[in-house]
Amino acid sequence: MEARFTFGRWFGYGLLTAATILFSQPVTAAPQSTNEELLTLPGEIGKQGGRIVVSLRAEPKTLNPVIAADTPSREVILGAMQADLIHINRATQLTEPALAKSWKVSEDGLQYTLNLRNGLRFSDGQPFDADDILFTFRVYLDENVHGTQRDKLIVGDKPIAVRKVDRETVVFQLAKPYGAGERLFDGVTILPRHLLEKPYAEGKLSQSWTLATPANQWAGLGPFRLKEYLAGQKLVLERNPYYWKQDTKGNRLPYLDELVFLFVPNADAQVLRFQSGETDLISRLSADNFSLLSRQQRGFTMSDAGPGLEYNFLFFNLNGPGEKTSPDLARKMKWFREVKFRQAVSQAIDRDAIVRLVYQGRGAPLWGPVTPGNPRWLNTAIPHPARSLEKARELLKEAGFTWTTATDGGPALVDSEAKPVEFSILTSSTNADRTKMATLIQEDLKQLGMQAQVVPMEFRSLLDRITQTKEYETCVLGLVSFDADATADSNVWLSSGGNHLWNPSQAHPATAWEAEIDKLMEQQLAASKYDQRKKAFDRVQQILVENQPMIFLASPDILVGAKTSVGNFHPAALEPYVLWNVEQLYFKDALGYARQ
Amino acid sequence: MIRYRGWKQWLLVLAVLHGTIAAAGFLAPYDPTEQDREHPYLPPMKLHLVDSQGHFHFRPFFYALHPRDGSLDQFEESSGQVQPLGFLVSGRPYRLLGLVPSRLHLFGAQTSKIYLLGSDAYGRDQLSRILYGGQISLLAGLLGAGLTLCFGVLIGATAGYYGGWRDGLLMRLAELFVALPWLYLLLALRAFLPLSVRPVQAFFLIVLVIGAVGWARPARLVRGVVLSAKERDFVRAARGFGATDGYLLRRHILPETSSVILTQAAILVPQFVLAEMTLSFLGLGVPEPTPSWGSLLASLEQYSVLVSYWWMYLPALAIVPFFLGYLGLASALQQEISVEKIEGKTGGDVW
Repeated sequence: MEARFTFGRWFGYGLLTAATILFSQPVTAAPQSTNEELLTLPGEIGKQGGRIVVSLRAEPKTLNPVIAADTPSREVILGAMQADLIHINRATQLTEPALAKSWKVSEDGLQYTLNLRNGLRFSDGQPFDADDILFTFRVYLDENVHGTQRDKLIVGDKPIAVRKVDRETVVFQLAKPYGAGERLFDGVTILPRHLLEKPYAEGKLSQSWTLATPANQWAGLGPFRLKEYLAGQKLVLERNPYYWKQDTKGNRLPYLDELVFLFVPNADAQVLRFQSGETDLISRLSADNFSLLSRQQRGFTMSDAGPGLEYNFLFFNLNGPGEKTSPDLARKMKWFREVKFRQAVSQAIDRDAIVRLVYQGRGAPLWGPVTPGNPRWLNTAIPHPARSLEKARELLKEAGFTWTTATDGGPALVDSEAKPVEFSILTSSTNADRTKMATLIQEDLKQLGMQAQVVPMEFRSLLDRITQTKEYETCVLGLVSFDADATADSNVWLSSGGNHLWNPSQAHPATAWEAEIDKLMEQQLAASKYDQRKKAFDRVQQILVENQPMIFLASPDILVGAKTSVGNFHPAALEPYVLWNVEQLYFKDALGYARQ
Repeated sequence: MIRYRGWKQWLLVLAVLHGTIAAAGFLAPYDPTEQDREHPYLPPMKLHLVDSQGHFHFRPFFYALHPRDGSLDQFEESSGQVQPLGFLVSGRPYRLLGLVPSRLHLFGAQTSKIYLLGSDAYGRDQLSRILYGGQISLLAGLLGAGLTLCFGVLIGATAGYYGGWRDGLLMRLAELFVALPWLYLLLALRAFLPLSVRPVQAFFLIVLVIGAVGWARPARLVRGVVLSAKERDFVRAARGFGATDGYLLRRHILPETSSVILTQAAILVPQFVLAEMTLSFLGLGVPEPTPSWGSLLASLEQYSVLVSYWWMYLPALAIVPFFLGYLGLASALQQEISVEKIEGKTGGDVW
């Protein structure tokens, strides 16, 4: 009943907006301005008009780029509503000009001089210039604002200094060379000073730009601007008539009139919406759902964009036993700290089976932290040893483990104190893929005589156990790098990092190899040459593989789909997988948007 | 005479059904946890008597399945080699009824594995899993019902026989138990339990939970019967002769409740099998890889499984004959008892 009611309402909206668009088209045509320096994008020439509907797995928490931390907010803000100075092209994974039309880096790698595009306007028609950039960086770097990007903009323990040369030139001064260079500017979206200066001065910046903000109080430099938000249902964005990109024929982008985000929390429900034609694009598909949609052939273009940056792994609790650690767990931690034990587990895992059974072959087995989706940083020298139970048994024998006969007649591994090797593997109960991986690992380890129990758990309590109480034995988890760069996952590899999952936020590195990783990560960050950085990061990968604090398992392909009528659909392996070129998406059939 | 056959027939049906499940080791061709990683989501294989060349075989045979080109979960029969079905073959060791070690299986195949009811996400034989899973689910149901009835009789008899504040207290407690939202409490309870629970521990935990939750209804029924029975003339007479409470309960009052208990048992067992399935479906049951009917159905939570692999529904069908059997027995028993009562009364008048 509920569903039908909602559908009816959308139906009404669809007709209404279609009509409005038809009649208001000439009025909202691009404003004429002679000195605008537009960016010309290559690619198919599209048709103007239409609306694309996509599912979002949760409601964005905010539209404020300064404090946005959750994925849905970032996806909406970075993907469609705001723009940055220098942007990483999601397809080539290289930087390219955005609001800055060109830039220069000084010899010592400390000074970045950015030349801004002339004559640009925010989505409310107000001009954009160097003062907006000064304001933006002042806000991002202000400690009292608690911006989520602040850490990234502090290089060598000092905040980046910003200086305005003239209306179109800005100089950024770094305290230390920064390895990733201009990639730094990707995702740092520029704020409109004319709207946010007042709330900032009043100390209310973090409360402004909620989802309930009236559309006229909001402005951005992205392809779309805020139109309407219906709590719990959808966020409607409309075309930004002042957007600063055009196609090769001089048509101002974006082609679409509207971009609608529907809030659909469940992955299966997203598939149903896509299947029924309610949404036009779908990303983050599981392999099962992908082959389901591929089999149906109902006017969808299903696309396997190759391995992404997600890596899944099994890791052990390598925290030192504390005062509250139970004797049982402390005993197990002794095994986990034995590197040969970890290597043996790695040897026994059938990674090909994981790729085949969990990802239906749409993925890549992993032996290190860098996925094939990131060829620039992948250490190709890392060996890919085939699964070998013999080698695993040898390693266990060397580490002092022996075997007895279990009650069911099979082998049972026991440690040097003749205690059976039994432990639990935590997984997130909402992630069927990882639970499947854990079940396969359980069977693999059973052949070594280890008794593993798979414990699916609600994700928040799982994180709580790993980072707070540290009461767990092993866990299967996955991470997605936000950028294809060596610095992207510093938080995971540095021993002081909060995502250094096996032993997070250490005051001092607990082991020699962790100390070496810390040093190498610092080295690669300070080096300005790619070769030097690559060498350091290759070594980091090698150390990780030698010590196996995480046993890398597999990386899924990025699986996406679109209606065949959507043009310029070129999914990328980086987030946002299908919306990264949203300004170029269009409907091949003119009636594309009237269908709802 | 006819009415006697009524409940005996149902009892026979149930005995056959339970026997099938109890002999899972013999009837199932494979170990329920054995993975075949080359063959996930294999559809049920068909048994043939006539091969692709039109030749007739006396021994049923099947064709091995191989993946369709470019697909990992779509299979077709490779009609080349005939795979004869073997009967009474030697296979993986198991213990019949958990006691007798044996290697004998009803059927099997030599060169290729046979999946009569298909395979699951890990290539485990669905038929073997349903048979073995039934052992867990049915045993949980039977033990749970037994436990509940023990609690129910004990509490119901105490409340009904002694009355007064004991009756008030116990019956209010029963009302509380009926009113509590159990599923949510159990979910919360899981958070306090140790992380890894072994299958055996988990099983007894389930039985305990099911038994502890369900006692209120039978207790109230038993109390009602006891309440009326203790005022009967022969009970008063016995008390007048100096019979103790224990003797009265044992000898005169509880036998009166036997009919209620039997019917309750026949109703409760399938109910508790269903309870086990619910708990396992929600992940509160016996952990992987040990099968139970509930955990076998849990994979249907995924939309892609729901619409792609119909044989994953089969565990749900497996419970249907059991339900029919138990409910048939319950109604036959009830009929039997009401007839007996009427006859008993008329007989009494004549005498």
